[in-house]
Amino acid sequence: MHLLIFSILLPFLTAALIPLIRRRIGDFNIGWLVLFIPVLLFGFFASQIPLVSSRETLLSSIEWIPSLGINFTAYLDGLSLIMALLITGVGSLVVLYSIYYLSPTDSFPHFYAYLLLFMGAMLGVVLSDNLMVLYVFWELTSISSFLLIAFWYHRKNSRYGAQKSLLITVFGGFAMFAGFLMLYAMTGTLSIQETAAVMGQLTEHALFYPAMFLILLGAFTKSAQFPFHIWLPDAMEAPTPVSAYLHSATMVKAGIYLVARFTPIFGGTSAWFWTITIVGLITLFWGAFCAIRQTDLKALLAYSTISQLGLIMSLLGMGSAALHYGNTEAGALYGLAIFAALFHLVNHSTFKGALFMVVGIIDHQVGTRDIRRLGGLMTLLPVTFTFAVIGSFSMAGLPLLNGFLSKEMFFTASLNAASMPGLFSTSWGWLIPVIAWLASVLTFIYAMIIVFRTFLGNHDSKAVEKRPVEPPIGMLISPAILSILIVGLFFAPNLLGDHLLKPALEQLLPGISGASPDSIYAWHGVNAELLMTIGIVLIGSVLFITFDRWKGIFKIQPAGWTFNALYNYALTSSENAASFVTRSYMTGRLHQYFFYILLFFVVSTGGTLLLSDALSISFVQDAPISIYELMLVIVMIITAISILFTRSRLSAILMNGVLGYSISIFFVLFRAPDLALTQLVIETVTTALFLLCFNYLPEWKREPLPKRKKARNAVLAIAGGLVITLTGLSVNSIDLFETISSYFQNSYELAGGQNIVNSILGDFRALDTMLEGLVLFIAGIGVYTLIRLKLKKEAGTDGD
Amino acid sequence: MGINDVILKTVAKAVVLIILTFGIYLFLSGHNSPGGGFVGGLVLASAFVLMFLSYDTETVKDAIPIDFKKLSAFGVLLAVLSGLGPLLFGQNFLAQSFDYFNLPIFGKTEIATVLIFEAGIALTVVGVVVNIILSISEDE
Repeated sequence: MHLLIFSILLPFLTAALIPLIRRRIGDFNIGWLVLFIPVLLFGFFASQIPLVSSRETLLSSIEWIPSLGINFTAYLDGLSLIMALLITGVGSLVVLYSIYYLSPTDSFPHFYAYLLLFMGAMLGVVLSDNLMVLYVFWELTSISSFLLIAFWYHRKNSRYGAQKSLLITVFGGFAMFAGFLMLYAMTGTLSIQETAAVMGQLTEHALFYPAMFLILLGAFTKSAQFPFHIWLPDAMEAPTPVSAYLHSATMVKAGIYLVARFTPIFGGTSAWFWTITIVGLITLFWGAFCAIRQTDLKALLAYSTISQLGLIMSLLGMGSAALHYGNTEAGALYGLAIFAALFHLVNHSTFKGALFMVVGIIDHQVGTRDIRRLGGLMTLLPVTFTFAVIGSFSMAGLPLLNGFLSKEMFFTASLNAASMPGLFSTSWGWLIPVIAWLASVLTFIYAMIIVFRTFLGNHDSKAVEKRPVEPPIGMLISPAILSILIVGLFFAPNLLGDHLLKPALEQLLPGISGASPDSIYAWHGVNAELLMTIGIVLIGSVLFITFDRWKGIFKIQPAGWTFNALYNYALTSSENAASFVTRSYMTGRLHQYFFYILLFFVVSTGGTLLLSDALSISFVQDAPISIYELMLVIVMIITAISILFTRSRLSAILMNGVLGYSISIFFVLFRAPDLALTQLVIETVTTALFLLCFNYLPEWKREPLPKRKKARNAVLAIAGGLVITLTGLSVNSIDLFETISSYFQNSYELAGGQNIVNSILGDFRALDTMLEGLVLFIAGIGVYTLIRLKLKKEAGTDGD
Repeated sequence: MGINDVILKTVAKAVVLIILTFGIYLFLSGHNSPGGGFVGGLVLASAFVLMFLSYDTETVKDAIPIDFKKLSAFGVLLAVLSGLGPLLFGQNFLAQSFDYFNLPIFGKTEIATVLIFEAGIALTVVGVVVNIILSISEDE
């Protein structure tokens, strides 16, 4: 069944069609047409829920490059289905929302083409079973994210943010690619399923840890984990629907997905456990800490997303311990963390998506996102206020909302992780729940900032440009649906848990039964987790009210000592270094370029010739030299030498032509009519070209070079000639390989042609010929562009 | 060019025809005797070059309204697409085939798919060479 593969390709196909249909429909908003695609796909994936909840998987494979083991294999299991539903579900809501959000002056076709490109790429990431295919889609998500961040490319900040996100995520992508290659070297397969099956025996392999860390680098950069988180706040320059979709609900979860997907492969080792848990906890804390001091609502949400991603990441780290303990009580205990991670993954997409849309509405209706200028919007935007309360309180982990359930599970998991028997025990384990609790207090504070600073207090109508009113109903539908989900998931969490989370968990922790809870309860009685939540609300409220008194704490960090400063420094210094290197050899002087080329040739070819002991000259097999050949050689030598001493360019060109024609006579003598013909015509055309260029060349004069440089050039020129001569003679003297000419002798039977040369060119080695034609074409376009560019420049700026 | 040379122009008129015919002959005969797409294309291109040399570019452009950039792109496309054809028949990319047919006037004739591929190469060569020469000669 190839429907699964088609579902990945459908967004790409639609994106390709957008430029074609956009001319036909005039004023009609293309978004309505695009909306059809994610809704359709969501329906398709939703129809697969019964299949997956009955613990079955869907596999669909097309051979792509079978000789390299690269197959386009789509694999649908619980984890992929959760991600696919998020991608298409949130995708539908975001497309609907964006129809009202974008202004008529924006280029809708570009926006939706990029968005669909992203959707297809993201579906490809979560559905691919083949590592190479996954990598291609992974990079495609980076590229479409780049395009969407830079959607308003006339803004400098947009371009900066887009470049930053691309550099960091593609850097991680490359690392991940290297990790994949190492995996392939270890296992000999590119299929994730097959890798997981054989990886158990390979934990001692020398490449095991390098591969693990490289793949984690890819996951951490993509999911904005500390210290690679710096790209996410700058990515907020994208239109808000994009931020809601890519940079909170889906793309940044690709790293989470990757870690979850590779848990059966690498999980159970202490390196995997500690790296992910520690990085996740630092990100959780640092993101929340930075979020509090933001004054831009979107920047605040960006840091909060970083923090929440850290939370999910740390849960995946803690849960991986289950694979160490196997099918025991301890294994089931720690496995709960992964269940919590998957649950929070879904919950985060709902509440953060809603919050981003709320901020988009505020930006759209009020004209600013600056907390210092906002306030008192509750009475003006009551509906939006409701969504903001639901989203924020869910993020803070308050009851009656889905965030409460997963937050409680997070506390349970962190308390469990604090005391691990065996391999993972350490005296520092108590830090895990402490950091988790502290970060949650900070989370509570910034969630309150979103609600109270924006919607309560006094509305200062002078500080904002517009008089705020509720947006059109279409803009409210999407956050409304997400808000209903936030509340609905609190009351019916087991609907999600039984059908999606449990099947996913069983695949991630194969052979461990009882890791997922029988059912998700809101009320566990008075236990440590509940006390932690109560403590968060009490202390968080106190800290929120007294925020002005202690915000000086943010000044502790010196201004220049940020990762952003480090990134900017690295960027500018690498640019400077690159231009310094380039300028040092690109002088614009042709004779210097010739010098480099010839020097490289002499050193590489001549050096190889000497080092590999290939120099051997034997005249045994050669035919006797006839008088015609001797005469031609003498003519050529005389011509070549006299070129050096000519005083006019015209005679130099003509004598060069004499050399070329003499070579073609050689071909005639050696019974190679095809070569002779080609050489003749080429010589004619190039001489004509030379004559055409004649008028534009500078005056013919001798370069006033110092004696030493002249001697250097002479030595290099002679060395170049010598290397060519010696190579030619050596090639003729050694028979390294069996001759292949007998194969080509059959050209009449095999290719139907009596001309062997052309049978080789057009049939046996047709791919070479095709690519040579392509190269020729590219060169022709290059010449044309260079000359046109120069003409335009002269017309525009009167030369430089 | 703008060289006013009556003898050159008169001779060119006749010679261009001969060169063009020769180029087409080379292109067609390449299967069994010297010639082929690349040389054929080059010879055709040299005919155009002769025209541009003996007349000025504007006159020739009016007489032959071909965009040589597009011609070269078309040639490359033809060469690449001709390779896709065999895939429909379960063959490898760029696999060529041939057969013999009895045609009314020519008698027993060989028809080979390599002709399409070679035509693509020839058009690329013509387009690129003429395009380069035109670009340079217009750069004033």
